[in-house]
Amino acid sequence: MPRRLAVALVAAAVGLGSASCASGSSDTPSATSSSSLTGDITVLAAASLTESFTTLGRHFEAAHPGVTVRFSFAASSALAQQITDGAPADVFASASATTMRDVVTAGEASDPVVFATNSMEIAVPPTNPAKVTGVHDLTSTAVTTALCQPQVPCGATAAAVFTNAGITVTPVTLEPDVRSVLSKVELGEVDAGVVYVTDVLAAGEKVRGVEIPDDVNASTDYPIAPLAHSTHAEAASAFVDYVLSADGARVLSAAGFRQPGA
Amino acid sequence: MQTLSSRERERRATSGGGSRSAPVPLLVPAIVGMLFLVVPLLGLVFRAPWGQAWTILHGSAAGEALRLSLWTSTTATAISLVVGVPLAWVLARTHFPGLRLVRALVTLPLVLPPVVGGVALLLAFGRSGFVGQYLDQWFGITLPFTPAAVVIAETFVAMPFLIVTVEGALRSADQGFEEAAATLGAGRMTVFRRVTVPLVAPSLVAGAVLCWARALGEFGATITFAGSYPGRTQTMPIAVYYALETDPDAAILLSLVLLLVSVVVLVALRDRWLRGAV
Repeated sequence: MPRRLAVALVAAAVGLGSASCASGSSDTPSATSSSSLTGDITVLAAASLTESFTTLGRHFEAAHPGVTVRFSFAASSALAQQITDGAPADVFASASATTMRDVVTAGEASDPVVFATNSMEIAVPPTNPAKVTGVHDLTSTAVTTALCQPQVPCGATAAAVFTNAGITVTPVTLEPDVRSVLSKVELGEVDAGVVYVTDVLAAGEKVRGVEIPDDVNASTDYPIAPLAHSTHAEAASAFVDYVLSADGARVLSAAGFRQPGA
Repeated sequence: MQTLSSRERERRATSGGGSRSAPVPLLVPAIVGMLFLVVPLLGLVFRAPWGQAWTILHGSAAGEALRLSLWTSTTATAISLVVGVPLAWVLARTHFPGLRLVRALVTLPLVLPPVVGGVALLLAFGRSGFVGQYLDQWFGITLPFTPAAVVIAETFVAMPFLIVTVEGALRSADQGFEEAAATLGAGRMTVFRRVTVPLVAPSLVAGAVLCWARALGEFGATITFAGSYPGRTQTMPIAVYYALETDPDAAILLSLVLLLVSVVVLVALRDRWLRGAV
């Protein structure tokens, strides 16, 4: 049954793809020549990649009209667990080497490549009610702080920042992923949240960022890899290549990610 | 809907088909249904690392999570009884314009995704919520991320189960007894206490158990409104969810503990109270 379904899906996708090529090839220059890639790929990506990967997915679909990219954004640790439990997916983009290693060890992926790095920043509500000026303010019990769960990359990286600074922070809540930390700050329910630099940028006016100086800040690597049980291996590795391409780097840099080694 | 007198019900029960075997077209789907509900639980039992059970549970935050879950869900049930039963009575026995709207609103949390309930609670009772900001300014009370927030989230999600059960019982209960009591001179409050409540007692207990069980299993509204911090707001279901990411063995054992507690409570209550009601 799954094979027949897959065949039907591919046939449908080919049909759609050729139809769209025939009708509108002139106004999408990037979609012209090449792509014979087809299929529906599912990309499991760290929550912090929500905006940049959505953009990359749109660009990729424009270049490969036969491919539809679907995303599931969540905590990398949660995604890694879904993958090892057999979630049908084609690509994994993680916010830490550790969670990627779990997936590789389980035999679900191989040869991950780091495509970006990210570091931490304190997000506070625009009015900064607790007048947070740096990480040391977070030790005060008068400052309510939200962090990620310790097994989630944003939680692990925040913990590294606190170790670097030699401080202990007792949060009021440990959230499932970085975006729930960010939304607790946006809603004004906490005085501060430790999130990625990119999250502060993505939130725009809704939060204010308080920088963490380089000498105490910590960063995390973002590895990406096609998954071993992908049913569209070609499209999956094409998407990985696209993320690693110059175009991919440009979108990621615009979102505030740094290139590995930079 | 017609209600049966208790004698009529008894007659039907004794002469009725309890002992006849079920016809195949009913039996087969019944077995499928039963397996569907039971097999996942067997999965927990089979996969559980029984050998290291004690070490794993001892090392995890199971104890404090279970304690938190038990007292918050019991408190939520108590609150639901205090305000939910009178509300059920009002819905069942009075008439006023907008009654149907009120009933729909009150039972809305039954169909609302719990996470949406949690967001709603945050926007109302959060630190900058339209009620919560005054709690903060006037009394210095902030609810989110406290055990009180856990109780509120659980009550919000679970109370409608009690209300619906009790309201249904009140509607189908024989009002003749209440009328007789009133004719004999009992005030409305006396009738409620001495006649109505005993009359619907089995449904009251059944509703309270449903409410408690729903509160015990609450996840979405709790994690949204109360967050998650071990020992303060991290209930058993939340502990299970996170343990699955870090230590699946612990997640399985925590689930079994929760399952065991639920089964013990249901069985104990069933023997004492719920004969025929649940």
